[in-house]
Amino acid sequence: MKVLLSWLREFAPDIDGDPEQLAEVLADLGLAVEELSHVGRGLDGIVIAEVLATRPHPDADRIHLVDVDAGDGEALQVCCGAFNMAVGDLVPLATVGTTMPNGIEIARRKMRGEWSNGMLCSGAEIGMGDDHEGILILEQDLSLGLPLAEALGIHPDVLFDLEVNPNRPDAMSVMGVARDLAARMGVPFSVAVPDVNQTGTPAAERASVSIAAPDFCQRFGVRVLDNVPSGASPRWMANRLLAVGQRPINAVVDLSNYVMFELGQPNHTYDLNLVPGGELGVRMAHRGEELITLDGTARALTTYDGVIVNRDDEAIGLAGIMGGASTEISTDTRSVLLEAAWWDPMTIARTARRLGLRSEASARFERGADPDIIPLALDRFAELAAALGSTTAPGMIDAAGNRPEPSTVRVRSRRVNSILGTDLSTSEMTGLLEPIGFACETGGDSQDFNVTIPSWRLDSATEIDVIEEVGRLHGFSKIARTVPVTEQAGALTSQQLDRRQVRALLTGMGISEAMPLPFLAPGDLAAAGLGDDGITVTNPLVAEESIMRTSLRPGLLKALAYNAARRTTGVSLFEIGRVNPGGGGDLPDEHEHLAVILAGQEATAATTLWRRLARHLTVTRPGVVNGPVDGLHPGRSGQVLADGQPVGALGEIDPQVLDAYEIDERVAWLEVDLGALLEADRALAPYRAPSRYPSSDVDLAFTVPDEVSADEVSATIAEAGGELLASVALFDVFRSDQLGEGHRSLAFTLRFEAPDRTLNDAEVAKARQSCIDAVTATHNASLRG
Amino acid sequence: MAEPEQLVVEAERRAAAATTLDELGAVRTAMTGKRSPLVAARKALGDMEPDARKQAGQALNAAKASIDEILSAREAELAAAARAQQLAAERLDLTEVTEQSASGHLHVITQTWQELEDVFVGMGYRVAEGPEIESEWYNFGALNFPLGHPARDMYDTLYVDYGEPGTTLLRTHTSPVQARVMENQEPPIYVVAPGRCFRQDTADATHMPVFHQIEGLVVDRDTTLGDLAGTIEAFTAAYFGPGFSSRLRPSYFPFTEPSAEFDIQRPDGTWLELGGCGMVHPNVFEACGIDPEQWQGFAFGFGIDRLALIRFGIDDLRELWTNDIRFLEQF
Repeated sequence: MKVLLSWLREFAPDIDGDPEQLAEVLADLGLAVEELSHVGRGLDGIVIAEVLATRPHPDADRIHLVDVDAGDGEALQVCCGAFNMAVGDLVPLATVGTTMPNGIEIARRKMRGEWSNGMLCSGAEIGMGDDHEGILILEQDLSLGLPLAEALGIHPDVLFDLEVNPNRPDAMSVMGVARDLAARMGVPFSVAVPDVNQTGTPAAERASVSIAAPDFCQRFGVRVLDNVPSGASPRWMANRLLAVGQRPINAVVDLSNYVMFELGQPNHTYDLNLVPGGELGVRMAHRGEELITLDGTARALTTYDGVIVNRDDEAIGLAGIMGGASTEISTDTRSVLLEAAWWDPMTIARTARRLGLRSEASARFERGADPDIIPLALDRFAELAAALGSTTAPGMIDAAGNRPEPSTVRVRSRRVNSILGTDLSTSEMTGLLEPIGFACETGGDSQDFNVTIPSWRLDSATEIDVIEEVGRLHGFSKIARTVPVTEQAGALTSQQLDRRQVRALLTGMGISEAMPLPFLAPGDLAAAGLGDDGITVTNPLVAEESIMRTSLRPGLLKALAYNAARRTTGVSLFEIGRVNPGGGGDLPDEHEHLAVILAGQEATAATTLWRRLARHLTVTRPGVVNGPVDGLHPGRSGQVLADGQPVGALGEIDPQVLDAYEIDERVAWLEVDLGALLEADRALAPYRAPSRYPSSDVDLAFTVPDEVSADEVSATIAEAGGELLASVALFDVFRSDQLGEGHRSLAFTLRFEAPDRTLNDAEVAKARQSCIDAVTATHNASLRG
Repeated sequence: MAEPEQLVVEAERRAAAATTLDELGAVRTAMTGKRSPLVAARKALGDMEPDARKQAGQALNAAKASIDEILSAREAELAAAARAQQLAAERLDLTEVTEQSASGHLHVITQTWQELEDVFVGMGYRVAEGPEIESEWYNFGALNFPLGHPARDMYDTLYVDYGEPGTTLLRTHTSPVQARVMENQEPPIYVVAPGRCFRQDTADATHMPVFHQIEGLVVDRDTTLGDLAGTIEAFTAAYFGPGFSSRLRPSYFPFTEPSAEFDIQRPDGTWLELGGCGMVHPNVFEACGIDPEQWQGFAFGFGIDRLALIRFGIDDLRELWTNDIRFLEQF
């Protein structure tokens, strides 16, 4: 929403001061200034010139040569990058020596060998509209050589581009912004009563309105205007419209826009000759009904759209959104029906969104226009039109739908101060509210008061809404800052602390944390050997972001491939993130996974990593069970167990998958359900005082079939070794022809000790034998020589 | 037979001549061993007259003590020299390292996230979490966005095919965690909820379809807007450091009223728009089963990603997601 300072001052002449400070005040009122600009500045040196001739540049395609007459009758050559002018057009010429509004100085210079004596200007370059593309073509009646500002009646002004929140329908007009600003600055604010000179047959005899959708249309006002102007609007109006970003079209359209920007009331004109009997009606559209709108497009309507109809019940306009083609005004139009109505915000929002027809008008109706402004808006239009020669039929047709009573809100002073943290008196509160139209009624001994919500604040209806207004006008910056004190000790949960521990452990092991996008493309999971796509996003912008992941594997593989493509191998990464493996109740199941990918490493690196992780988290009975896992090397994969329950998988990525990702090294992999892991039974083993007596080490090597895992042998030894066995550790593995196909040698070091004595040889020998017997008996293994 | 004094002189000479510990060992054997003149002299004492024996014995003892001292001193010298020689031989260029840096790096988002958590934990807050795939109710309904409310359009929501169409979505903000906490916990409540959020957005330098937010919620007996402003200010000082301050500007969010944007002012006077905040709307309290006449509260939220960019001087959001090891290992 763009507003000019000069326009604001028509409502509150005392609004004044440094524009930067005014911008601060606006921001403090909740009207953030996105851009502050000075209009009509830096135009010195820009004059009116006529195009005498154009011809191609001999040495360039994107610019051509334009001869202009800047008032002295001489042809002046200018190089120009825009091609939209014709011989005889009047254009703005920045003469040599001019400093443009953006600070660039215009010099006489050669462009590809041709002299350019100045620059022709686009509208955007001189602060007149947003058009950067073409040169601004001016009206024909201007004197050559005259300074542009003087010729166009442009005065220096300040433009505020405001960000208006959805709860500020009032700030969608110059008037509303002026009201807010005047209230905060404590200066008078008033709205002039338009001077409408009425003449001829009363409007009521020439037009009528019937409302068949009274909830959708609370009010529908019409005035009848004759002798409407067919030419351009006056220059001062066109200048203002240009400044706020609205291209001038013709007098009637410009008037309509001007009134909308000024008062916030969108309005529409119908050619009275094309509306039989001047009869208008409002109803909801029929299913499948069609309407050709002003832009020539046929619109298929639904029962949720509101339409304006003629005497024959034919739709002639899409209420609040766009007029119909059949009643459009033209240069032949002499008399018009001028409509200003109030439409239901939700209905307008829905229709505008469905048809992709959001406009300045729909934006105002969606927020909630002011039904009470309708007569003023009609009169203001009539007044401005009268200056251009039109006349106004006496009277206004004012049709009413279902109009709710103005709401009154009981406001408790204590509540206001309690929410805001202020110490305002009732009179201070009402003093803040009254200037923005919130009429306050205090009474008796009560500190509480009644507030009548103004018609332009459809967003306000409850006590908290009024409290917000008090706070806003008082100024958030004036509220004393305090910090609430809690008796609660701040802390992370044990799960949150564990997550940090895991991250610290992994980074300590040289593994960096990756953050792949959590979205996958269709088929990504299958390419990683992980089966069908899971939950899909129904409205993704791109297909690559349409699948929710069931595993962290595709993302980390992609990360590895990205680095491999940049000649970085041996990369180790981990990720902690949510996955949706399938299933669920009200919501899909969501699990937090931890995955580690170790490029250039074999599967056992993942086992080592898992053991360190499990040890670090004091997981009870951590385990690994060999066996195939989808997407992993079938002979180098397994399940991960915590306290006997599967919590994940580990191994090496299937070479076929690696091929698909163009990764040329072995890749070890671990993925666990971190939530399940942290919730599994976790405890340190009971404390055992270190023995003060010497221990004895025994090495045992067995020939073991491949189907039996080293872990299983180790577990058997641990059990057989009993109390005296302090530790067992695998220290050597080898295969040879002598051992035979399907077998390998596993060598373990066993350490025996007792807490209360030095073990004698016989005790150690006995324990050793128990271990040998157990392994050979259980695992079809034999002790080696 | 040699005089004891002579033995001492000889020991001194031979010890000095020894250049290794082994040679010195031979000297020790020769001078004090079983076959040494010293032992022989001691054996010869038995044949002497008591007076002479006493005198000679004392002389021998003195000589023995002197010789031991000479040998020990020389032994210490030679041992020190041997150690010095070994250490010299073991000299190592400490930059001859072939192993690459073994330290991994936390992602910049995680680092920023944890720093923010730590600041709020220090201020007495707990950390709450919630699902990333959310119901329409928690993301919007409980937060005072009625069905069909245009404000829902301000969030470019991504929906998923789960349950009835339009009922399950990727949360657009961390605010649903607010609602879940209020449903499950009796006030007073002091929590922050960091988390991952989603929106329908095309990736560019300043937008990503995935981003991270942290949300704060306080519900207590008489929590005020002044408390909110003070909390933002305290956070600003704790996180950004001295010289930074904050301001609140009126704004609009369906789930808070009054609502505000909050900006951080840098020591050089420039402003950084950081996030949104406000007093918890009575409708939100009611939707979550808390009596708004008994309890008041505030909420605030802001993006983690942009803070990470600022903190580490990164100029493109997309870099956070490439997982280029050359990026990850810089922080």
